[in-house]
Amino acid sequence: MTAAVLNDALEQGHVESHLHPEPTYDVDAHPVPSGREEIWRFTPLKRLRGLLDGAPSDSHLDIKEELPAGVTVTTISTEEAKALGVTPAFDRLGALAVANAGGAILVDVAAEADLDGPVRLLLSGASVDDVVWGHLVLRVGAHSRATILVEHTGSTTFDAFTTVLVGDGAQLDLVHVNDWADDAVHAEQINIRVGRDATLRQFEFTLGGDLVRTSTNVDYAGPGGSAELFGLYFADAGQHFEHRLFVDHNAPKTKSHVVYKGALQGAKAHTVWIGNVLIRKVAEGIETFEENRNLVLTDGCHADSVPNLEIETGEIAGAGHASAVGRFDDEQLFYLRSRGISEPEARRLVVHGFFNDLIRRVGVPELEEKLLATVEDELAKNVLKELV
Amino acid sequence: MSKLEIKDLRVQVQTEDGPKEILKGVTLTIKDGETHAIMGPNGSGKSTLAYSIAGHPRYEVTGGTVLLDGEDVLSMTVDERARAGLFLAMQYPVEVPGVSVANFLRTAKTAIDGEAPKLRTWTKDVNAVMERMNLDATFSQRSVNEGFSGGEKKRHEIAQLDLLDPKVAVLDETDSGLDIDALKVVSDGVNRFRERDGKGVLLITHYTRILRYIKPDYVHVFVDGRVADEGGPELADELEANGYEKYLATA
Repeated sequence: MTAAVLNDALEQGHVESHLHPEPTYDVDAHPVPSGREEIWRFTPLKRLRGLLDGAPSDSHLDIKEELPAGVTVTTISTEEAKALGVTPAFDRLGALAVANAGGAILVDVAAEADLDGPVRLLLSGASVDDVVWGHLVLRVGAHSRATILVEHTGSTTFDAFTTVLVGDGAQLDLVHVNDWADDAVHAEQINIRVGRDATLRQFEFTLGGDLVRTSTNVDYAGPGGSAELFGLYFADAGQHFEHRLFVDHNAPKTKSHVVYKGALQGAKAHTVWIGNVLIRKVAEGIETFEENRNLVLTDGCHADSVPNLEIETGEIAGAGHASAVGRFDDEQLFYLRSRGISEPEARRLVVHGFFNDLIRRVGVPELEEKLLATVEDELAKNVLKELV
Repeated sequence: MSKLEIKDLRVQVQTEDGPKEILKGVTLTIKDGETHAIMGPNGSGKSTLAYSIAGHPRYEVTGGTVLLDGEDVLSMTVDERARAGLFLAMQYPVEVPGVSVANFLRTAKTAIDGEAPKLRTWTKDVNAVMERMNLDATFSQRSVNEGFSGGEKKRHEIAQLDLLDPKVAVLDETDSGLDIDALKVVSDGVNRFRERDGKGVLLITHYTRILRYIKPDYVHVFVDGRVADEGGPELADELEANGYEKYLATA
C-alpha cells in the first residue's frame, strides 16, 4: 500500500510542513541533504561515515535472540515488509536502510499472547569499518501483551529502519538500549503504528556511540490508542546524540506523552531533542504532552531542545510541552550539602535522581533494576571519575 | 560539649541596587544544652542568620566570627559545617526528584558519621523515627520533599534532626504553616533532641505559639539585623501581649 492509498483509506490529506517530509521508500525522492534542511540542520553529516552515499554492504550485526513462547522470528522480503502497511521512510537514511538491507527480520508476537518474559534482541557490531543496513519489523498481534527489548552494543556504522505494528487492543513495552562503543555510528528510523485502543510504551536509552541519530514516528490505526515515549541519554565528550520524535495524531481520542531526559558532560558533548506533534482535523478529543529536560554537567557541552506543536483542530482534551536546559540546581545542592553530603556525592545523587525519576516509570521491576544499574555504571564511568 | 558563639556577624546580599547589609553586627552565644529563641518581625534578618550559619552561598559574610566549640565555622564549606555538628531545619525544604527519603537519609548519615550505619539497627532507627513523627511506612520510598504537604516537609526536617544527631540545631520557622497537631508532633521531636546531652537549639520564629511547647532558656528580639532586646522566657510572653511595635518605633 502506498502512502497515498493509505492516506485515502484513512480519509486524511497531506499536511504541508517542513517538519516532517512526505514519507516514501523512494530513495531518490529524498534529496541528499546539504545540512541546511530543517530535518538535518543539527546532524554533523560528515560523521555519518558515508552512510548517506548508500553504498551496498553485506555486513551484519551479530544477533542473539531470547524468545518466549508465542514469539516467532522469520526473514521476509523487502516487498513483503513494505506490504505490511506502515508509514514509509521520512528521510533518506530510512529509505536507504530499506533499499539496502535486502529483506527484513520479522518478529511476530501471536494475537492474544501474554508473554511470560521479555523478547530480547541483542545486536552487536564488530567494527566501525563495517557498514550495516538493517530492516526490522516488530508485529504485536491484537490483544497481546509483550515486552520487547532491543539492545545495541559494540562498534559499527549502522543504519536501520524499524517498523512496529501494535495490534488493536495490544499492550507493548518496547525498550531500545543504545549502549554502543565510543566509535559507533547509529542512525535509525522507528515507525510505529498504534492500533485501536492499543497501548505502546517505548523506552529509549542512549548511553554510548560517536553519533546516534534516531527518529521515532508514531501514528494511529484507529481511535483510543495511547503512546508513551520515554527517553534517557547521557552524552560524554565529543558524542552527538540526536533523538527526533514525531507523533501524528491522525485519529480521535488518541493520547501521546513524551518525556526525554538527558545529561551532558565533557567538551563538545552535543545532544539534540526534537519533539514534533501534529494534531490533524480528524483528531478530536486527543491529549498530548511532551517534555525534554537536559542537565549540563560541565562547560563545553551543548543541548538543543526543540518542541513543535501543529494543531489543526481546536477540539482537543489537552496539548502542551515543556523544555529545559540547565545546570545543577544550587538550592538542591545546598540542601544535600547542609546534611553533610560532599559536593561530588550531592551531584551524583542529583543526577541519579534526575534519571531515576524517569526509570521508575518503566514499572517493570526487573527492567528498572537493569536500567538503574546501567545508569549507575555510566555515573561511575563519568560523574564519579570526574568529581571524586 | 557544644557551644555556638556568634560575634558581631555582618552579612550582605547582592541586590539589583548593589549590596545590601542584612545583618548589622549580631552577637549571641548558645552554651551547652541551651535553647535560644530568636523572634522578630518579617524582614528583620532572622532567616539570613540561619542561612549564614549554614553557609548558603547567597549570603556574603563581611565581618564577625562564628565558632562551634572554638572552631571557625565561617571557613568551612557547607558540608563541613554539617559534619562539624551544625544542622539547619529549613523553612522551605528543597525537592530532590528521584532521590528517595531512605537513600537520602542513609547517604547523609554515612557522610556525618564517616561510615555507613549498620543496616539492621539503621532500618529500625529510621522506622522508629518515622513512626514518632507520624509519617507512614511508605514515606521512605517517596522522593525527598516532592509532593510533600507543608506539614510533611517540617516533620521530615525534624526526623533528620533526630537521626543525624547534630550538636547544634538551627530551626528556621519550623512552626510556620503547621496545624496544631503537626506543631505538637514537631515540638515533641525537638524536645526529644533537647533531652540528649548538651544539645544546643537556636529556634527562629515569628510567632510565640511554638514557645508553649518548646520552652526557651533565652529569648532574643531581632529588629533590623540586630538583637534589639534579650531576656528570659518571660520576654516571649511580653511580645505575645504587646507585639513588636515598641522595637519598631525606636528602630
